[in-house]
Amino acid sequence: MKLRPIAAIAVRQYYLMRSGPTRALPIVIWVAVDIILWGFISRYLNSVAASRINFTATLLGAVLFWDFYTRVMQGVTLTFFEDVWSRNFFNIFASPLLISEYLTGLVVSSIVTSAVGLAVMLLLATTLFGLKFFALGLLLVPFLLVLFLFGIALGVLASAMVLRLGPVSEWLVWPIPALLSPFVGVFYPLSVLPRWMQVVGQLLPPSYVFASMRAALAGQAYSVGALAAGAGLALAQVLLASWLFLRVYRNVVRSGLLARYSAESAG
Amino acid sequence: MRTVVNVASGSALRIAVGAAPVAGGGVPEVLRIERLRKRYSSTLAVDEVSFGVRGAEIVGLLGPNGAGKTSIINMVLGILQPSSGSIEIEGIPLAQQRSRALAHTNFAAVYATLPGNLTVQQNLRFFSLIYDVANADARIEQLLSEFDLQRLRRTRCGLLSSGEQTRLALAKALLNRPRLLLLDEPTASLDPSAAALMRERIRALAVDGGCGILWTSHNMYEVQDTCDRVLFLSRGRILLEGDPKQLPRTHGAASLEELFIRLAREPLVEPHETARYPSARDASNTR
Repeated sequence: MKLRPIAAIAVRQYYLMRSGPTRALPIVIWVAVDIILWGFISRYLNSVAASRINFTATLLGAVLFWDFYTRVMQGVTLTFFEDVWSRNFFNIFASPLLISEYLTGLVVSSIVTSAVGLAVMLLLATTLFGLKFFALGLLLVPFLLVLFLFGIALGVLASAMVLRLGPVSEWLVWPIPALLSPFVGVFYPLSVLPRWMQVVGQLLPPSYVFASMRAALAGQAYSVGALAAGAGLALAQVLLASWLFLRVYRNVVRSGLLARYSAESAG
Repeated sequence: MRTVVNVASGSALRIAVGAAPVAGGGVPEVLRIERLRKRYSSTLAVDEVSFGVRGAEIVGLLGPNGAGKTSIINMVLGILQPSSGSIEIEGIPLAQQRSRALAHTNFAAVYATLPGNLTVQQNLRFFSLIYDVANADARIEQLLSEFDLQRLRRTRCGLLSSGEQTRLALAKALLNRPRLLLLDEPTASLDPSAAALMRERIRALAVDGGCGILWTSHNMYEVQDTCDRVLFLSRGRILLEGDPKQLPRTHGAASLEELFIRLAREPLVEPHETARYPSARDASNTR
């Protein structure tokens, strides 16, 4: 892999971001809305609930983590969509650019945009609602790592889907994080779910993060092994998604779909 | 060399079909295509096509719509996988070493416009990184100057006129100093004056830069004026190959355009294929 082609994808995003507020604002608007909404909900629950649960930490912290992996995923897919929207696949894939370089470029772009989103969330959650985010200490490292890897896997998987099904399938991508949220136990332990949903949840790495976060905040023991399993699972899913993207790419090159991408069918 | 027969006129023409590499004063080939085939389910788009392009040579790829020209170009660019056959660019097999082979290539095509939401300079910067161009800033300035794009450097490409977009597409195509340049109807949207200037520039690229160029166009005047050699394609096969200035006279046509029309309407078939047709006219009608 070469650095310049990888940088090209990120530099292009930078050009587009600075060209106007249309692309830059959504990075901060949605996370800000989520934090403010859930911040007030947490504050209200803290005032009315009889229990000694700190809702700011459990609810707002969970929302922040959930939004983080959603932003990571969208960092990948939005960069990919730029090539869909500008009909740039021909120029991109008829160049020496390797698929590994292209995917790495998508990831680099996502690191930047998701870091900005995380910074905005932290700023609002800590200053407005007193979230003690750093109270989790070093646990934040594996938490953010697992969520980041899972967001990348989802983003690459969604991009592969759009590459295969055509531009209109973009609409299938947006609800993916919301569809997964009931299974990963953002606000509740997996044990409250029906058995089949628990099985699905155990295959999704964020489940281990949310469970460990709740345990740590409640002062209970959390399983390092489970967290490590979540990290391993997330890494495997990144590799699987990348392999799938490569398979889809080869398929659309073979079928002729890539050369006639806007037609959404090679037949 | 194989003999094929014009089923309409009954005349036999000796033409090169799948000819071996032509020795052009020892200039090595930058592109070699061997027995290239592409099938889309029931349609055979490209059928056993073989040819080469030497350095400093401009080869015109001609044929009616749907003849297989764009499929061939797409396969050379690695964006379409051949069903069989091989492609080598600068001796590097495309199927095995796609990235290395395409590093020596670039292209401009009317259907592959550059992102309209990036400025001229940003597009050149982006593609210079994609093509891993060293000293990109200097190269970009050189091309901006060469293609008279300096005053447009901060203009978004979507706002450019057709002529300006064509100039930009060509500037992008030269970023990596390709040894093989693929041009799919590069002057289609240009006025005659701009098209003539563009042809001069492309001609200079081949002569001065030693770049091999594969060019498709429906403008026979342009082809005759610019190309060293042409390949006539019909239904995915090369029917005729030769010097565009001599081919019309050789085949009893008043001009290249007339020859094109004749070939497009009444394609040649090989002698063994004529047996399938009860008469020349019937053969034409079956298509």
